[in-house]
Amino acid sequence: MEGIVKHFPGAKALDGVDLEVLPGEVHCLLGQNGAGKSTLIKVLSGAHQPTAGRIVVDDAEVTIGHPVAALAHGVATMYQELDVVDGLTVAENIYLGHELATGGFTQRREVARRTREILRRLGHPEISPHREVGQLPAAGKQIVSMARALSHDARVIVMDEPSAVLDSGEVENLFRVVRELTAQGVAIVYISHRMEEIRAIGDRITVLKDGRTVGRNLPASTPTRELITLMTGRSVEYAFPARPGVPDDAPVVLDVQGLTLPGAFEDVSLQVRAGEVVGLAGLVGSGRSEILETIFGARKQSAGTVSVSGRRLRAGSVPAAVAAGVGLAPEERKSQGLVLDEAVYRNITLSTFARTAKGGWLDERAERRAARAQAEALDLRPPDVERAIRTLSGGNQQKAVLARWLVHGCDVLLLDEPTRGVDVGARSELYGLVRTLADNGTAVLVVSSEIPEVLGLADRVHVVSDGRVVHQAPAQEIDEHRVLDLVMEGSAA
Amino acid sequence: MSASTAAPPADASTERRSWLSGPAGRNVGLVVALALICVAGVVTGGERFADIDNVVTILRAAAVTGVVAIGMTFVIISGGIDLSVGSVLGLTGVWATTVATQTMAEDVHWLVMVFTALVVGVGAGLVNGVIIAYGRVVSFIATLAMLASARGLAEMISNRQTQRVEVAGFTDFFDLDPLGVPMLIWIFALVAVAGWFLLNRTTFGRRTVAVGGNAEAARLAGIKVKRHTLYIYGLSGLAAGIGGVMMLGRTTAGTSTNGVLLELDVIAAVVVGGTLLAGGRGTIVGTVFGVLIFNTLTNIFVINNMSTSAQGVAKGVIIVAAVLLQQRFANRSRPT
Repeated sequence: MEGIVKHFPGAKALDGVDLEVLPGEVHCLLGQNGAGKSTLIKVLSGAHQPTAGRIVVDDAEVTIGHPVAALAHGVATMYQELDVVDGLTVAENIYLGHELATGGFTQRREVARRTREILRRLGHPEISPHREVGQLPAAGKQIVSMARALSHDARVIVMDEPSAVLDSGEVENLFRVVRELTAQGVAIVYISHRMEEIRAIGDRITVLKDGRTVGRNLPASTPTRELITLMTGRSVEYAFPARPGVPDDAPVVLDVQGLTLPGAFEDVSLQVRAGEVVGLAGLVGSGRSEILETIFGARKQSAGTVSVSGRRLRAGSVPAAVAAGVGLAPEERKSQGLVLDEAVYRNITLSTFARTAKGGWLDERAERRAARAQAEALDLRPPDVERAIRTLSGGNQQKAVLARWLVHGCDVLLLDEPTRGVDVGARSELYGLVRTLADNGTAVLVVSSEIPEVLGLADRVHVVSDGRVVHQAPAQEIDEHRVLDLVMEGSAA
Repeated sequence: MSASTAAPPADASTERRSWLSGPAGRNVGLVVALALICVAGVVTGGERFADIDNVVTILRAAAVTGVVAIGMTFVIISGGIDLSVGSVLGLTGVWATTVATQTMAEDVHWLVMVFTALVVGVGAGLVNGVIIAYGRVVSFIATLAMLASARGLAEMISNRQTQRVEVAGFTDFFDLDPLGVPMLIWIFALVAVAGWFLLNRTTFGRRTVAVGGNAEAARLAGIKVKRHTLYIYGLSGLAAGIGGVMMLGRTTAGTSTNGVLLELDVIAAVVVGGTLLAGGRGTIVGTVFGVLIFNTLTNIFVINNMSTSAQGVAKGVIIVAAVLLQQRFANRSRPT
């Protein structure tokens, strides 16, 4: 087989990037947010044009001027944001842009047959080609997205954080498909923040930093610490802050009793004391996020109560929860947490501008002052609070969301996937931040798909499975395997 | 923390925004456009265009559309649309004249008429707001329904008759011209200034932008999105009510056909003024310019005895050109 070599030195986002992908390998692309991974992918898939550099496929230099050209050269891309059309069926989505047609009429039967074949190959024969994609869960849409890449008979498939919306069972399935594909000589460019995934299926690793290649064709066995050093430019402890322990007489701040939301979770009771971090561990779809949203009043429970410092909250009312000192950092930061076009300071004061206002008149000076103080305290980069928040990296956007609740002054902080889309370096920083908040007396309830994160960060862990709390234990007395066992038992029952 | 030390190069390049793409820059573009139209006016109309009386004529003609457009700006920034403003304007007018001419006959104070129009306008707006915010009907449909029913109601009330306004005080008030400027223009200016403060200096304005920029984020930050949406449509109704009173002042007659198709002029002015139809961004100053651009253009056509059909074509071209320019600036200012 011929080797496939690609060079992309770009203008701004990319400043001399080399990437070499061999047939049949899983090539992992690592780098912090903003290192240039997404731009590189867009160049590869024809969405962007490189200003300099060459792309070579099978010893021949090629120009990829638009997405169709990329596909013609055998490069298919699965984007991070699900790029499916909700109103079309599974089959129509998979063959979108390359519909099989005779004289303008689509060959429905043939398309359905091929779709079924691809889905069977992906281990999902249960998805009907005629199902409307909008009705599928996120994981199902991911499958459709992958099926579309396969439908092109691609020789290189780029996967941008494919596991972000998948639970562990689905990730296993994804890996199986990846292995099958590589066995057939297909090359995979795999992008993920999760080290354990890279260990599991990666062959070689390329590390990007600031638009340059800083690590070339490293073996997948390269120690994590070494990779982090390459990504960040210095050695970072990927470590969790120490747990000082919560005194037994610390008052219960958040008290949830028998909370039930039909179809999502049932009879959930939990308590979080001042200065305590409680983690909810469980799979995607186990009801974790819904529990947080219901505590926050964004959904209305059918039964059960939420009390903060002994006072019961009005069900289904976000303003009531906010007034009682509850803050939520939502799961989908961009679509649920931020007004992207607005200035950083206005995002930080989104919950408090009405309070600082005098008789309905805004006090922007006070807002800026409060936002700047938090930006400094949280080490927001860049510290300029006037710029639009969309220009910040994921980790810094998350800090801005936390800053909002710090300005507000929270007794209870609910964190839903606080490190999703946040690079490894910034994670430790966020962990430290959460612990500092707890040390200052905040009750923190955190949800994460990454079990080590829950175990490392929390004082106590509740394991959620199929909408029920199946176990709770101090974080030191439980390990990842036990959590997984509990999760599996719970969903089997 | 090293994670965030280096500003990502991808962002660094895009964040160096062209100043033209900022709010100030967009307004500069509007000033240039209006200036060009004025130049065209002077060239074709000469003395007849560049005359102080003509300027007053333009502003007087722009006043009603302008006031309604200020209300519409809030609706569109919040991510909605209000198609009913023209019909509601007509309804407020005939309701007010009906009160004046029939119910209490000559005794009625003219401020009662004004008050009636404003209450009817706010009422219609709140009905829109309730249906949109609490009934979860999209604003396009809800206000389309109001467009039809408010017009129908106006015809029922007025029996399709034109009702002349003969209340003393009222016509006197609209004949006033402090500092040589007619009352209609004063009202437009006052509403525009009030709208500017409301949008830029109050919690109401901040909530409007937040709801339009990201309603879910606003809700999860504790903002009462539904209630605020209700208020916004109430405000738009109020603006239509003020417009209805101004129309009575200008024409001294209430008819159910007042304000037919006004919503299109209003929306066009707001959009040309740089307010994004998708919500989250917009300015009052832009809207004022949008209104002035269209009315100045109409004036030039009238001065030159050109047909209204040609005006329609010119308006269409301006709308498309303005939106194309905006998109260009918006793309330049946004990261990919």
